[in-house]
Amino acid sequence: MKQHTTPRDITAAPEFRLFLIAALVFGLMSVLSPDRFLSSQNLTSMAFQFPEFAILALAMAITMMTGGIDLSVVGVANLSAVVAALILTHFSDPSMPASQSAVWLCVAIAVAMAIGAVAGLLNGALVAFFGLPPILATLGSGLVFTGFAIAMTGGSAVMGFPATVALIGNAQVLGVPVPLILFALLACILHLLLTRTAFGLRVTMYGANPLAALYAAIDINRMLLKVYVIAGMFSSVAGLIIMSRANSAKADYGSSYLLLAVLIAVLGGVNPYGGYGRVIGVVLAVLSMQFLSSGLNMLQVSNFARELIWGVLLILVMVINTHAITALRRSAKPAS
Amino acid sequence: MSSDCGSAFIDLRAITKRYAGVTALDCVDFTVQPGEAVCLAGENGSGKSTLIKIISGVEPATEGTIHIAGEERTVLNPRISAAAGVMVIFQDFSLFPNLSVAENISFATQLSQHERFYKSGATRDIARKALDRIGVEIDLDARVEALPVAQKQLVAICRALASQARLIIMDEPTTALTEKEVRRLQSIIRMLKDEGVAVIFVSHKLAEVLEVSERVVVLRNGKKVAEGPAKDFDTQSLTYHMTGRDVPEVPPSDVTAGAETLMQVKRLTKADSFSDITFDLKVGEVLGITGLLGSGRTSVAKALFGLVAPDEGTIAVDGKPVPTGDPQAASQARIGYVPEDRLTEGLFLSQSILHNVAVGRLDTHSNRGLLDMGNLAGEASEWLTKLKVKAPDVHAPVQSLSGGNQQRVALARWLSRAPRVLILNGPSVGVDVGSKADIHDIIRNLATQGIGIIVISDDLPELLATCHRILVMRDGKIIDNLDGKSVTEDDLAHRLAS
Amino acid sequence: MNGWLPKDIWTRNETLVAGVIVLFCVVATLSDPRFFTITTVSDLLRASIVIGILAVGAMLVLVSGGIDVSFTAIAVFAMYSSTVLFLAVWPEAPWPLIFAISIVFGAILGAINGYFIAFLGLPTLIVTLGTLSIFRGFLLTFIGSQRISALPPSMRDFSRGVLARGTTEAGNFYSIPWAALALLFVIIATWFILKKTMLGRSIYAIGGSVESARRIGINVKWTQFFVYVYVGALAGLAGIIHGSVGRMADPFSLVGLELSVIAAVVLGGARLIGGYGTLTGTLLGVALIVIVQNSLIVIGIPTTWQSVTIGILILLGTGVPAYRAKRAAARAG
Repeated sequence: MKQHTTPRDITAAPEFRLFLIAALVFGLMSVLSPDRFLSSQNLTSMAFQFPEFAILALAMAITMMTGGIDLSVVGVANLSAVVAALILTHFSDPSMPASQSAVWLCVAIAVAMAIGAVAGLLNGALVAFFGLPPILATLGSGLVFTGFAIAMTGGSAVMGFPATVALIGNAQVLGVPVPLILFALLACILHLLLTRTAFGLRVTMYGANPLAALYAAIDINRMLLKVYVIAGMFSSVAGLIIMSRANSAKADYGSSYLLLAVLIAVLGGVNPYGGYGRVIGVVLAVLSMQFLSSGLNMLQVSNFARELIWGVLLILVMVINTHAITALRRSAKPAS
Repeated sequence: MSSDCGSAFIDLRAITKRYAGVTALDCVDFTVQPGEAVCLAGENGSGKSTLIKIISGVEPATEGTIHIAGEERTVLNPRISAAAGVMVIFQDFSLFPNLSVAENISFATQLSQHERFYKSGATRDIARKALDRIGVEIDLDARVEALPVAQKQLVAICRALASQARLIIMDEPTTALTEKEVRRLQSIIRMLKDEGVAVIFVSHKLAEVLEVSERVVVLRNGKKVAEGPAKDFDTQSLTYHMTGRDVPEVPPSDVTAGAETLMQVKRLTKADSFSDITFDLKVGEVLGITGLLGSGRTSVAKALFGLVAPDEGTIAVDGKPVPTGDPQAASQARIGYVPEDRLTEGLFLSQSILHNVAVGRLDTHSNRGLLDMGNLAGEASEWLTKLKVKAPDVHAPVQSLSGGNQQRVALARWLSRAPRVLILNGPSVGVDVGSKADIHDIIRNLATQGIGIIVISDDLPELLATCHRILVMRDGKIIDNLDGKSVTEDDLAHRLAS
Repeated sequence: MNGWLPKDIWTRNETLVAGVIVLFCVVATLSDPRFFTITTVSDLLRASIVIGILAVGAMLVLVSGGIDVSFTAIAVFAMYSSTVLFLAVWPEAPWPLIFAISIVFGAILGAINGYFIAFLGLPTLIVTLGTLSIFRGFLLTFIGSQRISALPPSMRDFSRGVLARGTTEAGNFYSIPWAALALLFVIIATWFILKKTMLGRSIYAIGGSVESARRIGINVKWTQFFVYVYVGALAGLAGIIHGSVGRMADPFSLVGLELSVIAAVVLGGARLIGGYGTLTGTLLGVALIVIVQNSLIVIGIPTTWQSVTIGILILLGTGVPAYRAKRAAARAG
């Protein structure tokens, strides 16, 4: 028999540490550059900036919870955006009345989402039915998706959209930027999916122990397909936001977002081996990153230094988490 | 009791080991003479693995002194221990699947000789000599991943021999072997003893233990409870020492006369695995399936639950056919399967009891997409009470429970589905003796409630205590269909192994 | 069957990749007879040098059971910072010294990876993702973000050195640069480590089973540490060659190639789970990727479809063995 104390204590949760980091960064930046960092202009511009990669991070997080990874998120985002952009430029033009172009926008969005779903289905099938390691399956499929986007556009940007397209990326509803609303919506949906549905429980359980999931008669293939489809569709949303904000679509937009998405998911406490991850953690990680980026920007620190700081942050958090986990394991080691 | 320690190869004095407040070993003395075969017996959790880890330098002792070959060792790690001639053959053999037989055998030797360069000729010589010493023939260039289990074990033994082992520790060496292979292993062990190599045999298989060892040491709850020449022990006294009590087992109650057939299995066949498996299971019947490891018993169990797709044959529950090779279909037909390896197959250790139980009920509990967590929690805690699980509450992670309680959680998952047929593979493997009796009670109780139960086990007393009928498997076939009441343990053991 | 051939010759990735390369060459030669000439071969060889050296390193990491995505950042970092260093202190330095310093820089950065992975036990993918950002961010922030085309003269001399050059009868010029020797040297050195030293065998052993390696007394931590240092050094070499041959120190080059390099290695039969991977396979994988990148147009596929082709090759090259293994596991029950 052994003693065990369940970690009920909220301060022991990795999310709490993240909350502290986010608050700390926010506080630090507010102190270092109070008039600019806390200005409503800066707060709004932050709210426009982060949703696109935050949504990609959510997509990454759900695949990581199954012990997988999705390296094709940026490829899917760009392919969806390029196809949507081609539809918009072919069938509508900037001079079209808003009511008419809105219809084409809806069509473009629907097609983009469908592409995300099909791409996800392909990834899921490669992982579930063909048994490819997710990292290779999505590395290969990511190249294929990006490749299609290149082949369709010849590698150049697609532009010349009707003004309605700006709705997705640049508009505000009651003062809240639309991308932020989309992100909040998707984060809530994902949170509900993961914590309150049978599917979410299956994802967690499979991530915790794939073999036991098989023995528990979980339909693993179906579950994996759903996971990658969700990741694909989330990527499409991100792609549409990127397209709207850039007012163009290109096969190689947001290429730095791939590593950023992995980084945020891991920073957010998602276990890259599967079995643990919370949406709130990812949200807090995104916020920390954004506060840090903006703040550093205010302090005239170059983009490159930001990359450096992100990397340091990632490794630091891993060292802390891993050592917290080993300490936990040591105390929970069964006496045998 | 123990022999003169001046000449002992291993001499442990007052060894205590604590893990985070849990005492795994409590002031244990343990000696082994050169050329002696000692059996270390004990139930799971008795501390025998911990003792082995300390001798082999994997874990440091919290207190106590260690002498190896007369020299006191205050610092011990696997390398020092190996250099002194202590070789452990773990249950999983610890081989390199991607390397050749020759390299697997000679790797440790070459490391200990501080070789910098790899010479394939020398590698083969070392391997060849070791294989010759025990008189076996294995292709030196074969990759180890392609070898059958018995040959892997021989490779592991040869590796120990090649490294000038003076003490070989074998952890549960016979679990995967046929009787013929066990006999060969026993003769190899006798030969090693003649050459002055000491052997520690860690096992819970009592008959084998007594056959090859000269001395027996029994651990229980981290304490040494008995020690003496092997000839002073018999199966019964060993059981008594290992468990600390005589556990009376109630034989199962009779199947209600004229009980109808619940499950029909016809001509289930899978190439290279099992063939022509045909049997009926009645309502409220406990059917045992036994056989050595590799006899096909586990494959059949998996096939019944759809985890292995048979080439041909049918399964029907209540007269309705169940699609084979599909665990979801089996689960739909209310067949439940509690796997043998609780830790890797049966449970989600890091997850809560609630999740572990609820995962069996997901399809019936999602109300318009959303789970009714309150309801699931209520149900899970009901099962905790019914099965007498000792746990703080349903949110405790399963890894915080003891083996017996973990097994009950695994049972609860399937019981909450109100199964018609419950397949239990090794229901009491790694469970302490009190829980074992409880689990047997649970099995008998469930049967009286009309559930058909299939117990797959090589624990003969367990089968005799729970089963109405016992099927014996060998080489993938059912060779005997015995009445659980009239068969004796010796008879069963004989049929199993012959 | 074939006594002198490995028994699994027909199911190996190497065979598959070699087959695809041969098929490609046949089709290419049929559609354009000028394809199969020494000029094409020397062009492809030149294009393979940097990727080849990087791939050998990536293969070593995969064999040890890890994955490294930071080696391109290491290569650029080592190349750029050693160039900057020599331009500042000793522009006339001979190229072997500049190369040596670049290799040392690479090894030091590799040691940082090795420290986190071997001694702190962090997951390899996450660590190298992090250090990728760190190395690149540090380089661009503190060392420089300008392209430098005025390299130390000795580096330009190196890029002019050729082992063989000539003109074919059709009047096409070909040359094999000194850098090809570097690739050859890396191949031989790595072959020697992997096949002829206990260290190399330990790398395979760790990839096969870390736990077993620990139990028989292999020094797992130092072996892993060595792997990352060695890979760092190779990256340093590849980087400085890339800079010299391209006659430009570009801090934005190479990064982004890491996944393609890993893809080449995996195509060649190395497995992500560790323990498997050969030099032959790796070089074949590199050859295939380089051919696709350079000569797709010859068989009538527009260059814009390059990415799709490589992606499909990766999916097939890893999918076929994965599917076969899955089926075999299902059959075994």
